Order: sequence, then C-alpha cells, then structure tokens
Amino acid sequence: MSFNKKKPAQSLRARPARNLTDLKRGESGILDRLDLPEEDARRLMEMGFLPGHSVTPAHSAPGGDPRVFQVDGSEVALRRETAIRLILR
Amino acid sequence: MGDCHGCPAAIITRPAKARRRIVAIVGPPNSGKSTLFNRLTGLRQKVANFPGVTVEHRMGRARLDGDHEVYLVDLPGVYSLTPRTEDERVTHDVLSGAMKDLPKPDAVLLILDSTNLSRHLVLAAPVLSLGLPTLVILNMADDLGARGGEVDSAELAMQLGSPVALVSAAKGIGIEKVMQFLSGTTQGAPERNGSRKPLMELPVIQDIPKCRAWAARAGSKARYQAPAPPLWTRRLDAVFLHPILGPLIFLLVVIGVFETIFAGAQPIMDAIDDGIQASGAWVASIVSYAPLRSLLVDGVWSGVGSVVKFLPQILILFLFIGILEDSGYLARAALIADRTMARIGLQGKSFIPLLSAYACAVPAIMATRTIENKRDRIATILIAPFMTCSARLPVYTLVIAAFIAPKYQVLALLSLYIIGFLAAIGTAKLLKSTILKSARSSFLLEMPPYRWPTPRSLGLRLVDRAKVFLRRAGTVILAVAIVIWVLGHLPLKNGAPPPIDQSIEAKIGHAVEPAIKPLGFNWKIGIGLISSLAAREVIVGTLGTIYGMEGSSEHSVELQRALRRDLTPGGAAALLVFFAFAMQCMSTIAVVRRETMSWKWPALQFAYMTVFAYAAAFAANHIVLWLA
Repeated sequence: MSFNKKKPAQSLRARPARNLTDLKRGESGILDRLDLPEEDARRLMEMGFLPGHSVTPAHSAPGGDPRVFQVDGSEVALRRETAIRLILR
Repeated sequence: MGDCHGCPAAIITRPAKARRRIVAIVGPPNSGKSTLFNRLTGLRQKVANFPGVTVEHRMGRARLDGDHEVYLVDLPGVYSLTPRTEDERVTHDVLSGAMKDLPKPDAVLLILDSTNLSRHLVLAAPVLSLGLPTLVILNMADDLGARGGEVDSAELAMQLGSPVALVSAAKGIGIEKVMQFLSGTTQGAPERNGSRKPLMELPVIQDIPKCRAWAARAGSKARYQAPAPPLWTRRLDAVFLHPILGPLIFLLVVIGVFETIFAGAQPIMDAIDDGIQASGAWVASIVSYAPLRSLLVDGVWSGVGSVVKFLPQILILFLFIGILEDSGYLARAALIADRTMARIGLQGKSFIPLLSAYACAVPAIMATRTIENKRDRIATILIAPFMTCSARLPVYTLVIAAFIAPKYQVLALLSLYIIGFLAAIGTAKLLKSTILKSARSSFLLEMPPYRWPTPRSLGLRLVDRAKVFLRRAGTVILAVAIVIWVLGHLPLKNGAPPPIDQSIEAKIGHAVEPAIKPLGFNWKIGIGLISSLAAREVIVGTLGTIYGMEGSSEHSVELQRALRRDLTPGGAAALLVFFAFAMQCMSTIAVVRRETMSWKWPALQFAYMTVFAYAAAFAANHIVLWLA
C-alpha cells in the first residue's frame, strides 16, 4: 500500500545525524550512540541496543508508532520519541 | 545434544542435613522461567510476597529421588542484577542473601533462552560472579534445533566453569538433568561444583558492552550457531500487526473474550445453580433440628451458593488471559493499544493490567509491576478497580435479570462495562494532569516469539484462581452468611426468632437507611452494602440469606422476585451504578496498600470511588424517578 512508503518528515530536513526513524522498514543500520539519559540508555543497552549492533525496523502499531525493531536476536518495541534519540553511524 | 556436562551427580555425599535446600531460579524475561518452575513443582507451589517490597514471587517444592525435597524460588525476570528497578533489586538481594526472612540460596538455576543465547548469556556474568553453585539451563532446545541452531554445551560448561544443560521446559526434555543438579544440592557439599575454574574470566559486570562482548566470546567458543529467525512469528506478526487487520483482530479478541464469558458460561452456571439447589434440599431433608436446618439452608446454602456459581465465569476469564499472555499476543495488544493509552496519559504497558482488571483488580494491580514509570504505575493502580471485575457480575446479573426486559439485558450489561471504562479514562486523565503529572514516559517492550500455551501452565493458573475464589467463598462469604443469619434471628422472643423486620439486623439496616434513602435503597440493601465492603459479590449472598429467611428459596429466580418486591426501578439503577463505581473490596484495598507501600493511595482511592459512586447512584435514582 502506498501510504506505508511515506517518508518520515525528518528526512526532508537537513539533519546532522541519521537516527532509527530514518530507516525504512527492513533496512538495517548500525547503531552509533544513544542520545538518552544514562538510566534509559542502560535499559536499552540491556535489551540489545548497543553501539555497533545492527538494528532493523519491523512491524509497527497502526499509525507507525510505536515500532518494533529487530536487534541482537530479539524484537523490541520503541516509541518514536525514543527511536529518534538512537543515532546511527 | 542435550547432555548435562558436569552435573554433580557423582559428588561424594555427606549425610543430608535436615534443613531443606533453597534453589533460586533466575533468568531474563521470556526465558521460560515460569514454565520450568511449573514443570519442577507442579501443584506444590504458592504465590508469596517478600516483606517490605511489592514484588511477588512464587515458592514451590520440587520432589527429588529418595524422598528429598528442595525449595524453589521463582524470581522476577531481569536483564541484569544492577539493582535499579524493584525486580532487579529483589533478585539481587535474594541471590546475595540480603533478603529478610529468606536465607541465601544454596544454588541457582540460571535459565536462558538458547535461541537468543548470545544476548541472554550477558546475565550469566553477574550471576556466576556470585560464586553460588549454578546450573546454566539453555531452554527452548527444541526450538533451537528445529530452527537449525546448535551449541556445544560441554564446551560452554568448560568456558563458564559451571554445568550446562540443554532443556526444553515446555516439552519436558532434559528435565532429568535439572533434577540431577537439584539432587546434588541436597547432598551436603554443593559448593564443590562451583570451584572448577572457568576457562574464561568474568567481565566487569557494570560495563554492558564488555559483558555483551564476553557473552559473544563464550558463545563462539561453544560453537553457538544462532537459529534462523522465527518464521512463524514473522508470519503471524504480518497479520496481527497489519495496519488494518491488526486492530480488527484486537477488537475481535476483546469482544470474543466477553462474549464467551457471558454466553459460554451460562449453561455451566445453571448446572451449578441446580446442584446447589438439590444439595440444599437434600441437607434440609436430613437435618431435623429446625434452627440448624434454617442456619444451613437459609444461611449457608443461600449465602455461599449464590456466589459459588460464578466460578465458571471467573475461570473462563482467567483462561483467556492466560492464553493471551502465554501465546505472546498480549505484548502485541499492548503495542496496538499504546497510542490510545498515551492519549489518556498512560502507556501500552498499562493495557495488560487493565485488561486483567476485567477479571479481578488484585492480579491486575500486581501486574502493574512491569510499568517502570512510577507515576504511570500508580495511575494504573488507581483506575484498575473501575474496570468491571468478575465480582461485580453476580450483582449485575441478579439486578439486571430482575428489572430489565430480556431484550435489553445485554445492552444494560454492556453499558455498565462502558461506564466503568469511561470512569477509568476520566480518572486517568484527571490524575495525569494533576497529582501524577509526568513527562511522556518511554515505552520499551520486548515482543516474545509466539508460542503454544501449554495446558499445564494454563491449568495451574486456573487451579490457583479457583483456590483463591473458593477460599474466599469458604471463609469471608461463609462467615458473613452466618453473621447475617444470626443477626436476623436475634433477639429471641419467647424462645423463637423474631420476624425479620424486628431483628437486630433490621435495626442496623434502619440506622443506615437515612444515608442511603436518597439512592432509593431500603434497609435490606443497606445490610447488603455493609456486608459487601468485604467483597462485592457478598451482597448477593447477603440478600440470598435475608430473603431466604423470609421464606424464598435460594434459587436465583426467587431472589429476583424478592428483589423486585423490594426495590424501585430507580433504586435498581442506582444499585447498579453504585456497584460500577464503588471500591467495595477489601482484597483490592490490601493489595493497593502493599503495592504502593502506603495507606495514602488506597485511602484516597477508596474515598474518591465511594463519593463518585454515591453521587452517580443518587443521579441515577433521580433520573429514573423523573423519567417515570
């Protein structure tokens, strides 16, 4: 369906670094850093979101948020506001 | 595959000590901890709480060869032992022996998902560094094999310096190796098997990337071959998380659950009702002493019987929630619900407890533990009792059947569910915009692969719930039924009980009548309301007992007829609305107190809900009066 392929609005603007929300579904990216408070970052890292690991967006809730990400052998759902803080290499 | 390398079966035995050994089960979420625990303990288990913390855990006994037993403690699922969340702190404290009232465990079963070994092995670092004898269980071995993965458990045991067993807890494969290990712990000196030197040195456990790298090295040394992605999970997610089909299935599931509870349970409930009737008549025929006969038939049978027949509905609801949870669908439901929940200031993780609250607020409130954000968690706890729990059903069913034409009964029941839900939403919005205001919290939820729920764990769940329900019917409700009967038969006049409207009960009822008259209730309903402070469904038993004394039989048709004589339509509407909103449940108050660790929240909640219920019932009564 065509509306699924809509590009996220962020990619139109010039952004210094790509983040998880810039990835299309099924397209992998390598995580560079987690732009989050220490506590939240640790929790994400425990679930597999470690710098250097590959992350692939998968299914999402209706409307595209939250989205499931395949990371380190498991699938974890994140809200858009969190995914946007995970910066890619 | 499937060998248990280095299981300490051959340890030279000292005579077993009298003290029973304690073995803790530790593992990440979704590693199959509970399945293993159920497999090892069966019915010899109970749910318990550690003193001073809100985390629930299960204790059980595993029977071993030669009449030995060990205590198993099922700890909450954690990704690490850094004590940040409550679950992690409890796990850490139990394992390090810092938990009050629980001695340090003698050994540990560390259970990991073998299909996701490299990541799950991260937890092995902090657990092994505790120095306790540990059996590393690689669970879901059947899944690993089926998806083309493999691991050399002997090599892994050498690397870690601990025995390793490949197991499928769900299918019961390899359980004997766990039993062997447990037997070893009863044989005096289990610390011996922990003394073997691991080939790999343990990493600094605070450093997550280092731990992850260590886990990867351990995996590759053990020639770990990760399995192919779970094909069926992907396929099912393509349907269940489809932009259009997904929400549709979600709605169908929720509707289907309720439909089955109401339509499906009816024949069983009717059968139980008939059984109670018949047994009551039989008791009446063999007891010749009149006062005792009256106590048994009018008091106990009417009171307890009118509540027990709701067991099927409650079990069906718990069965559904069990299936949804064990199959992995509930995590998808939380994902789908997240956006909607965010609108009322909550998050997708609140959806699971709130759905469970339709069965019972008590387990629902316990299920809020998965919500990390404290304010979100308290808000969820505070609104959970507004969800129409199964204890309201007896009241709703009775009043609706008595007052509403069959054509509109389902609609009436549905409306009651809806007003409860709306009250919950309104209250959540109110709380989240005032006293529990917080920034939008992060939502982080692992999607477990879909699995077939095992009949065993579903069965254990149901047995557990049935026990709780019947225990309450056998204690609280039985006691209330007897008290109501006794108060209805005193004071004696010329050695005979007075007419019921001159009894002590009537006096108490008349004393509260002014307060409830504006709602359209008379003194009998007043007694019912007072008794239902213990638990909502008690009012049905109480009315059963009161009307039983008036000569009606305990059969529900008779009870409806008696109620119609006694209550105006306005009063009936008010009664329904009152029960939709009031927090008539001691167990809920107790569990809120325990989970929030203060009296502040349950007191606030009780006051708020009671005032809300009174105002709404008052309005309902007057609206119906005005319409009529």
